[in-house]
Amino acid sequence: MKKILKNQGVQSFLSSLLCIVVGLLIGFVVLLIIEPSGAGEAITSIIKNFFGYSRANMQLKYMGNTLVKTAPLLMCSLSILFAYKVGLFNIGAAGQYVVGSCAALYGALVLGWNWIACVIFAAVMGALLGAISGLLKAYCNVNEVISGIMLNWISLYATNMILTAAKDSASPYTYALASKNPGAVLPTLGLEGLFGGNRYVGLAIPLSIIFAILVYVVMEKTKFGYELKATGYNKNAAKYAGMAEKRNIVLSLLISGALAGIAGSFLYLTDIEQWQVTISSVPEMGFNGIAAAFLGGLNPIGSIFASFFIQHITDGGGHVNLDIYCSQISDLISAFIIYLCGFVGFVKMVMNNSIKKSEEKKEQGGAN
Amino acid sequence: MVLLIQYTLLFACILSLVALGGCFSEHSGIINLGLEGIMVMGAMGGALAMRYLPIGTNGFVVVVVTILASILVGLIYSALLGVAAIHFNADQTLVGTAMNILGTALATVIVKSINTATNSDDHSSIVQYIEEKKAFVVDINGFQFSWFMVITLVLVIVAYVVLYKTKFGLRLMACGEHPQAADSVGINVYKMRWAGVLISGVLGGLGGICYITTGVSEWQFEYGVAGFGFLSLAVMIFGKWKPQNIAMAALLFGFFRALSNVYMGFPSLVAMGIPSGIYNMIPYIISLVVLAFTSKQSRAPKAEGIPYDKGSR
Repeated sequence: MKKILKNQGVQSFLSSLLCIVVGLLIGFVVLLIIEPSGAGEAITSIIKNFFGYSRANMQLKYMGNTLVKTAPLLMCSLSILFAYKVGLFNIGAAGQYVVGSCAALYGALVLGWNWIACVIFAAVMGALLGAISGLLKAYCNVNEVISGIMLNWISLYATNMILTAAKDSASPYTYALASKNPGAVLPTLGLEGLFGGNRYVGLAIPLSIIFAILVYVVMEKTKFGYELKATGYNKNAAKYAGMAEKRNIVLSLLISGALAGIAGSFLYLTDIEQWQVTISSVPEMGFNGIAAAFLGGLNPIGSIFASFFIQHITDGGGHVNLDIYCSQISDLISAFIIYLCGFVGFVKMVMNNSIKKSEEKKEQGGAN
Repeated sequence: MVLLIQYTLLFACILSLVALGGCFSEHSGIINLGLEGIMVMGAMGGALAMRYLPIGTNGFVVVVVTILASILVGLIYSALLGVAAIHFNADQTLVGTAMNILGTALATVIVKSINTATNSDDHSSIVQYIEEKKAFVVDINGFQFSWFMVITLVLVIVAYVVLYKTKFGLRLMACGEHPQAADSVGINVYKMRWAGVLISGVLGGLGGICYITTGVSEWQFEYGVAGFGFLSLAVMIFGKWKPQNIAMAALLFGFFRALSNVYMGFPSLVAMGIPSGIYNMIPYIISLVVLAFTSKQSRAPKAEGIPYDKGSR
């Protein structure tokens, strides 16, 4: 038992579970304060999400919707995680996601490209934006969080202007891909049959999981990943060991940006949503990626499950009784989960200390 | 032109107030990236105070109660950062980010549920304060003078005096430079850091209410405060963590932000045919450029962002 508890992975899993339970409890308390009589029902409908539908076919269809949005969320969380391993907090992932969406939609609707070109274009644009943050950090010592936020807003306004070219003048939404350029829609691989005919389910989901595995391999099994992590642990030590620490910073934010850029294309190229050129706040996908990355214990494989969970409760928020509550209760819960993730280090310390103490006791008992 | 000056001053007020908040927190050794969330929560406190004050309340009372409500909510909300960063050694960037997301979500949930409870068809997150807002402004020949201008000026001076001329301020700064040394001469580092964080909560809350009463008489809380907390941090860095420089930096940033609000009033600017999106981007672009040139020789407090551990050397 103690051996299991000592395992880093198990500790991360337990702390994440604790964060989820406490986060949901706080959400429940907020619901109770708003209106006690329906709170129990509301929190169960958030946790149930698509399981709330009685027919199996509908359950599968809505599970498909959740999965479609999990794919970009997973990409965002990989983006955050990749940069964080190098000691960088890429809050600019939200903007890189926006730029990726913009590039994918512009490629599809204005330039008439197929989906492969659109995804690559999104990755390149996201990477460029990430590289700006990286260059500013490496050569001008600008805090990447602040430059990231500034770039988020710049990309939002730029995207709204650029995508005006890809919409009907009467509507604030960009054209639907299916009618304008079906070749740009990500292939469904026949997966729609498994999810009650949900035509949005497709390539993005398996591809995002492959990316998660790829990130894991690069980080844990390659020299490049090792150098990046060393730069994250101690920039100066890495420098004196002959690693190009500035290049590593730029490169890691560039890759992180590419991942977030792909995330944008993974959502909009499924055609499940259209971009609204009148939005005045940065989409939440990038910020939810932070929650998923930390909830997954900063492990790419953990992120897969954490992303699904975060998207699951975010969608679940839409199922509460909207006459009393509002769907933002899910945002509140995921925000609280991110906050609680800040305490994970402390929780692990407590675990390790109590294990150590009981071991010491045992040794003393043996000596006597 | 009058409008441009008015908005420049108002935006400068918001930026200086919040940047001063960040300045106190960072001088104590805690990076406060949650200022954006603190602003939203403070704004919500003030907006709700204005909503619940009976119509016809004396203007002075409206101003005082609204400001106190914002300050109080900002103060309480900043305690989230204090607990996590001072006592649990949490990653300050992570906690600050969580507070920003939480601030908008919490304010939206609170305002929406109040709106829905009063009128079951009302699912908006909007608070209106058309009448109450008038208490904050005095019309001088078309120039809308706001009490926040006086408050900010006073607070900039107070902040300067407190930081550089009092025992408290010098001790606070010692905790941000070298907490171990401060501890060795009997300064309670934890207390000082709490003071820094709570002061940033007060000033952030005040900046929040100032923001949502600038040019509008209702606020939709889903929108948050559009990155103003972070613009303020840019102002703080550009102002080299010094109150007097922060005020100057805030005027510069305020000018560019104001331009996007009032460029329609200048025929020469409208004639250039630049889309409004560009004007919206300007403050953020300027701050990036400014940061790129000033961060190299940054004079940030040396120990900021590092959790204080009594045992470490």
